[in-house]
Amino acid sequence: MALLEVDRLVVEFPGRRGTLRALDEISFSIEPGEVLGVVGESGAGKSLTGAAIIGLLEPPGRVASGQIRLEGTRIDRFTDAQMRPIRGRRIGAIFQDPLTTLDPLVSVGKQLVETMQTHLKLSDRDARARAVGWLEQVGIPAAAERVGAYPHQFSGGMRQRVVIALALCAEPKLVIADEPTTALDVSIQAQIIALLRRLTTDHGTSVMLVTHDMGVIAETADRVAVMYAGRIAEIGPVRDVVLHPSHPYTEGLMGSIPQLEHRVERLRQIDGAMPRLTAIPPGCAFNPRCGRVLERCRVDRPDLLARGTTLAACWNMVPMDDVT
Amino acid sequence: MNAVSRFLDSDFVYQFWRNPVAVISAAIVLVVVVGAVFAPILAPHNPFDLVSLDLMDSLKPPAFTAEGDPHFLLGTDDQGRDVLSGIMYGTRISLLVAVLAIGFSLVVGIGVGLLAGYAGGAVDAFLMRVVDVQLTFPSILIALLVDGVVRAALPRSMQEQLEIYVIVFAIGISRWPQFARTIRGSTMVERQRDYVMAAKVIGLSSGRIMLTHILPNVMGPVLVIATLNLGLAILDEATLSFLGVGLPPTQPSLGTLIRIGNNFLFSGEWWITIFPGVTLAAMVLSINLLGDWLRDALNPRLR
Amino acid sequence: MSSVLEAIEVSRRFDVSRPALQRLLSGERRRILTAVDAVSFDIPRATTLSLVGESGCGKSTIARLAVGLYAPSEGEIRFEGYPLSSARAQPGLRRKMNMIFQDPYASLNPRWRVRDIVAEPIRAFRILSGQKAIADRVGGLLSQVGLSPADGEKFPHEFSGGQRQRISIARALSSEPEFLVCDEPTSALDVSVQAQILNLMRDLQQRLGLTYLFISHNLAVVRHMSDRLGVMYLGRIVEQGRGEDIFRNPQHPYTRLLLDAIPDVAMVGRTRAPVSGEVPSPIAPPSGCTFHPRCPLANERCRVEKPSHTRSADVMVACHAVQEGRA
Repeated sequence: MALLEVDRLVVEFPGRRGTLRALDEISFSIEPGEVLGVVGESGAGKSLTGAAIIGLLEPPGRVASGQIRLEGTRIDRFTDAQMRPIRGRRIGAIFQDPLTTLDPLVSVGKQLVETMQTHLKLSDRDARARAVGWLEQVGIPAAAERVGAYPHQFSGGMRQRVVIALALCAEPKLVIADEPTTALDVSIQAQIIALLRRLTTDHGTSVMLVTHDMGVIAETADRVAVMYAGRIAEIGPVRDVVLHPSHPYTEGLMGSIPQLEHRVERLRQIDGAMPRLTAIPPGCAFNPRCGRVLERCRVDRPDLLARGTTLAACWNMVPMDDVT
Repeated sequence: MNAVSRFLDSDFVYQFWRNPVAVISAAIVLVVVVGAVFAPILAPHNPFDLVSLDLMDSLKPPAFTAEGDPHFLLGTDDQGRDVLSGIMYGTRISLLVAVLAIGFSLVVGIGVGLLAGYAGGAVDAFLMRVVDVQLTFPSILIALLVDGVVRAALPRSMQEQLEIYVIVFAIGISRWPQFARTIRGSTMVERQRDYVMAAKVIGLSSGRIMLTHILPNVMGPVLVIATLNLGLAILDEATLSFLGVGLPPTQPSLGTLIRIGNNFLFSGEWWITIFPGVTLAAMVLSINLLGDWLRDALNPRLR
Repeated sequence: MSSVLEAIEVSRRFDVSRPALQRLLSGERRRILTAVDAVSFDIPRATTLSLVGESGCGKSTIARLAVGLYAPSEGEIRFEGYPLSSARAQPGLRRKMNMIFQDPYASLNPRWRVRDIVAEPIRAFRILSGQKAIADRVGGLLSQVGLSPADGEKFPHEFSGGQRQRISIARALSSEPEFLVCDEPTSALDVSVQAQILNLMRDLQQRLGLTYLFISHNLAVVRHMSDRLGVMYLGRIVEQGRGEDIFRNPQHPYTRLLLDAIPDVAMVGRTRAPVSGEVPSPIAPPSGCTFHPRCPLANERCRVEKPSHTRSADVMVACHAVQEGRA
């Protein structure tokens, strides 16, 4: 059974000028131990998906329909009180800015101890020993001495390591990592990504990795979901999606990334911009920008259709041999 | 859509109508301001028209009491002047003084704040120490002091006719540091922004950058504070007038009315002081509530 | 080929000490940050020099030095052969340089209409007179960057990040510049929008013969944009040369580290050993070669002696290991 199943999830924001549909019938699942990458441009709904799963939608946002199942149990209708034991214990979270996750007034060791004791039955001594162990695992030098240090005494990269320890210390089955490396320098990014990958493999944790950086996804994820205007455009094994995209949007996205290996005269560009949620066109949301648009795309909204190992919401997928 | 209908359709107006405190406060402010501004037209009597005064009308209680006279809704004072008309004319003077004083404060505060925030360094350090020192004194004390000094410096013959400007100056000079501080803070943020850098790259002068680029972007918060300070300035003026150093009885403000009426409180003629007092309290409270609402409505983080 | 901008041994230091009174009370010494340390480069006409490095390496300081927002503490910058300060004193030369900024949300005055934002340099330099002529020119500039002339009536908040960056480019072009400093112009944008902006910038360069100083932390973007490339670390250019040469054969250990560290789409499914260590504080940089604590090739000499630039092939490298043939 899949660890997490998201089934036709709809998230809406009721407002005075009508209701905005921010996530429109998205479905995907995460298997135990799997890393699912979620990519998309800002406003595509990728962070919102994570927030909906962990029950932290900003009001007035709400799950309007669809289901979220964690190990078979529906959690989308849970109250905040019901979600609290799930957050941390069964779903961990890592956010972009470590400073929003860490309490500046409490030492990192104490934060780890508190998190573990909230969710696990541990004596003070065991918890403290484990806290040091976690700091060692995430690569904090001299962990035993720094366990009493406060967040501001760590550098940005080290703080993100502490956040990772905090997210993993209650041994959750799933970690939602929302842009965990965006605020970091390139040389640090690689360290954090490698660390996240190694720890989750060691502990058998599943990861939902939300990022706008296709490079990070390519190196970290097993499968990837490409989001566009609140919908999933394409989902499949990372190798297939990156190297043989099925959806024209994915193809355009891949082509627009400058590459280190070779230099092109002009980058492939997708003209226009992603529509605002207030003005999503009928049919396929991508149709006004699509080079492969058919008459049908303007009227009929495509569901996710299978092509090999990939699913893509497209009536006219990119042919297999036409690879850039 | 034109600008007016767009404004009426905005979230700002929408939020206003959904907040009963804001609507009621605004209604009170509107009634008081209209009554004050159009006092010469709307007031039932002219308290300054000596010809129309009749001592037979003196000390009449409000119309709704047993011995009341329907001509004088809120009663009359010892000279036979209509209390309601007195309040309308008095509010007019109170508002005029407060608006001029806050306007003066704004000009000084914005000038000092922009300069300190934009120049930084020693200029900033000096100006802000001045602000710090002044903020350690209560503003009413500063106003009293300035009022006393200016009054002593002026020849006696000019005092009466200049009194209103003296009090505007005294209140204004006591309230500018807050504006300066706020403006300086926002200026220090704005001057680091890239649109200011872009203006510097093409070589615009500092004065032009301050006035055309920074000023429009730092005015928002200071206007909210100005609204709140308007209420306080009305109180300052009332306090000064109540203490007898403010406006003379020939130009009675709300504070003057309260002071004069106070003498009759214990002999039973309560209406002479209570009605101006209630007007003052209602107006200041409404302005403050409105200012608070404005601050929250304009602050995107609180939404 | 004449160079448009030339930097000769330019350094820039900032005093980051606390206020004098606090310093006196705590007995603290002045703290000086050397943001840029003896940097030299020149940019030939109609070419792009890119500077790449991590945060705190001094690349943004160089961007600001290049347009005169900061004055160098040491060394000299020359623009069109004139010392930069005297070039900036002449409006006719000053208008030949302009800048594009990183954050499209902060670089446009939110209270101004787009037409006034784009027209500001035209008015400041009195390039055109008359409302009609200015309006026509603004409309033309907006079309040139892929917007509609009617967009001039709107305010910046009505546009997306990519469109704002186009407005920013239109403003930069309105003074009819020859030289543009681009400080991370696409790092706040989504990749598909980034591609649009990068393509636009290259088209404009070819059409108008522009010279770019392009600042970025993204090596792939830099590779796409640049003719020449400088890799910066803690205020110094550690490797400088033709982009093609550096990408084909990176010599400095830091350049190699950067190239290895970047997550790349082409790396799908591959894993690699990440580099260790973080960038040290520029206030108290390491002795000798500032990269030595993270360098796999560091030896005693690197810890003590600052390496000078040596030319090998057409590339300048500041590294003892490369010099000694240990790399």
